[in-house]
Amino acid sequence: MRSTLTALRALVRKDVAIFLRDRRALVVSVLTPIVVAAFFGSLFGGGGAGDNVSKVPVGVTDLDGSTLSRAVVEALAHDESLATDLMPEGDAHQLVKTGKLRAAVVIPAGFGAAAPAALLGRAEKPSIKLFYDPSQSVVRSVLAGIVTQHVMQEVTRPFTSGKGVSSPFTIASQAVSTGPRYNGYAHSFAGMSVQFTLFMGIDAGVALLLMRETGMWRRLRAAPLSRGVLLGSRVAATTLIAMLILTVVYAAAIAVFGVRIAGSFAGFAMIAFAFAVLAATTGLMIAAIGGTVAATRGVATFSILILVMLGGAWVPAFLFPEWLQNASKILPTRWAVDGFDAMTWRGLPLASAFAPVAVLLAWSALFALIAVWRFDWEGD
Amino acid sequence: MHLVADRLQKKFGATTAVAEVSFAAAPGEVLGLLGPNGAGKSTTISMLAGLMRPDGGRVHIDGVPLGTGADPTKRRLGLVTQEIALIDELPARMNLEFFGGLYGLAGRLLAGRIAAALELTSLGDRAGDAPKEFSGGMRRRLNIACALLHEPQILLLDEPTVGVDPQSRNAIFDTIEALAGAGRTMVYTTHYMEEVERLCDRVVIIDHGRVLADDTLTGLLASAPVSNTLTLKYDVSPDGAALEEIRNLPGVIRVDLAGPELSVSATDLGTAAPRVLERLAARGCSCQELTSRRANLEDVFLALTGRTLRDT
Repeated sequence: MRSTLTALRALVRKDVAIFLRDRRALVVSVLTPIVVAAFFGSLFGGGGAGDNVSKVPVGVTDLDGSTLSRAVVEALAHDESLATDLMPEGDAHQLVKTGKLRAAVVIPAGFGAAAPAALLGRAEKPSIKLFYDPSQSVVRSVLAGIVTQHVMQEVTRPFTSGKGVSSPFTIASQAVSTGPRYNGYAHSFAGMSVQFTLFMGIDAGVALLLMRETGMWRRLRAAPLSRGVLLGSRVAATTLIAMLILTVVYAAAIAVFGVRIAGSFAGFAMIAFAFAVLAATTGLMIAAIGGTVAATRGVATFSILILVMLGGAWVPAFLFPEWLQNASKILPTRWAVDGFDAMTWRGLPLASAFAPVAVLLAWSALFALIAVWRFDWEGD
Repeated sequence: MHLVADRLQKKFGATTAVAEVSFAAAPGEVLGLLGPNGAGKSTTISMLAGLMRPDGGRVHIDGVPLGTGADPTKRRLGLVTQEIALIDELPARMNLEFFGGLYGLAGRLLAGRIAAALELTSLGDRAGDAPKEFSGGMRRRLNIACALLHEPQILLLDEPTVGVDPQSRNAIFDTIEALAGAGRTMVYTTHYMEEVERLCDRVVIIDHGRVLADDTLTGLLASAPVSNTLTLKYDVSPDGAALEEIRNLPGVIRVDLAGPELSVSATDLGTAAPRVLERLAARGCSCQELTSRRANLEDVFLALTGRTLRDT
């Protein structure tokens, strides 16, 4: 028993030492998820996503120059949702076309005379042009609503003692989560930690395949060690390395990007551990069913990318179509990302970690069983 | 006997890798295991090392049947693989600590064994360097050192000198001879005849999964259908009658004529050579050049397997 523990310790220490000694791989393993998560996090609102609403850049063209049209232009300029820029129609069209503006509003000539008359049903309605970037179709609806609001207010001003018709209510927006404040980086760090830890799992599996090619596997099997010790040590070492990566990446997320574990710290640690085991058993399964190193690495990388994409690691799962949101709940990556989200920015309690941990460990057990079942013990 | 391979058999699907292989090796004996590619040599080594369970037969170490996996009998064995199975990223000492740890060694005991292995393989001054900085010969020596830490009684050496310079090869030979002198049993596979002739007390030749010969080198040379060769060059080639007369001389096995070169194979050159020269001189043939070659293991191997050692 003591001898077996010594062997197990030697095997684990060897794998961890190899990982720590390869400084370049070590830096890449922890730096890459941090850099990519920082990028994705900034896209999804960064550290102040809960308070700041980014303004939509919009071009405005006034072909009328009337008092009314100037008043509308002024009102749009003061709208908190827009960042307007007055420009000729041709420029506005070109800038939207090239993606430099999300949309542009063109107030036609004669608007100042026609709009009040149209309001009273005495003339044709003038047409305000709205150019928009087809990749930003949501902006079109938002901008149409804002323009309508300001035009109605300015057109009706003479009929309402100078105040104009305005919305009969105001909207008080409030970001809602159990945590103190949403941090856009929290989700991106969850997603990228999941992705790159799984990549490390692939590397661990490929390393086992390489051991077969270099004769190391023969030598290990020549020692009086059981299959459980040989494969268990791989799982233990990879789990340790995965925990190390998760710790460093989240330390950076907390120290630099303001991510907070607003929920249960114990729950976070449990999810991190369960996910680390999943990464380790994924590697083991890859080593068991893989063929050549190059082919295995390619297929495994592709599979992991699909898993993390569908797991909501790149963009939050709530942006998926509803059927995909439901279907992706079967994936361990979805549970890992949601679990990390729950323990960070959602600020949920320990009990909310139990389900993700159970699912991750169940998947790990399945992967381990497949690995043991398919492993070629007598092959070199 | 330390090591006994008793009627080992192994099949892979419909292919028979080892049909029936039996041999034994005594303490302090270096046994050369030779065979062409596909002869069943690697499979036999795998079964001897406890890497593979035989379909039939058994390996015994000091009378104890050898198993696979965690079988403690495997502690009595050390395997030096043909591939250099080292961790290039870690210093030589850490490699040794790792392989010692696999056999449950730790602390002072391990430190002592590492020091002894480094001294035996003359790597003491490079213990802190990573194997990737070593020459091919040093890597081979470290590869051997890693298999010695648990002090196995039996060492299986699978082509341990491949790609090694002559100086390092001699150092490896010295190590092996020292180990044999200390009573270790060794099974040694190689493609180099001179290694067998220098190191091996006994040679087992296998082909098609069966043992073709199992004897000392002297015994093999005496019993195998091989001969010593006399080569003579003439200005004028001997005629058919002369060749027939030589063929009929006692002890002559074979006569070949290729242009002006005549080759005569005989069991005993000392007896045959004067008679051949006398007969040819009587027929007016004047010999310009004469060379002789003693039969060696290469000839035995060729005679038994139809291939040369280097071709395998």
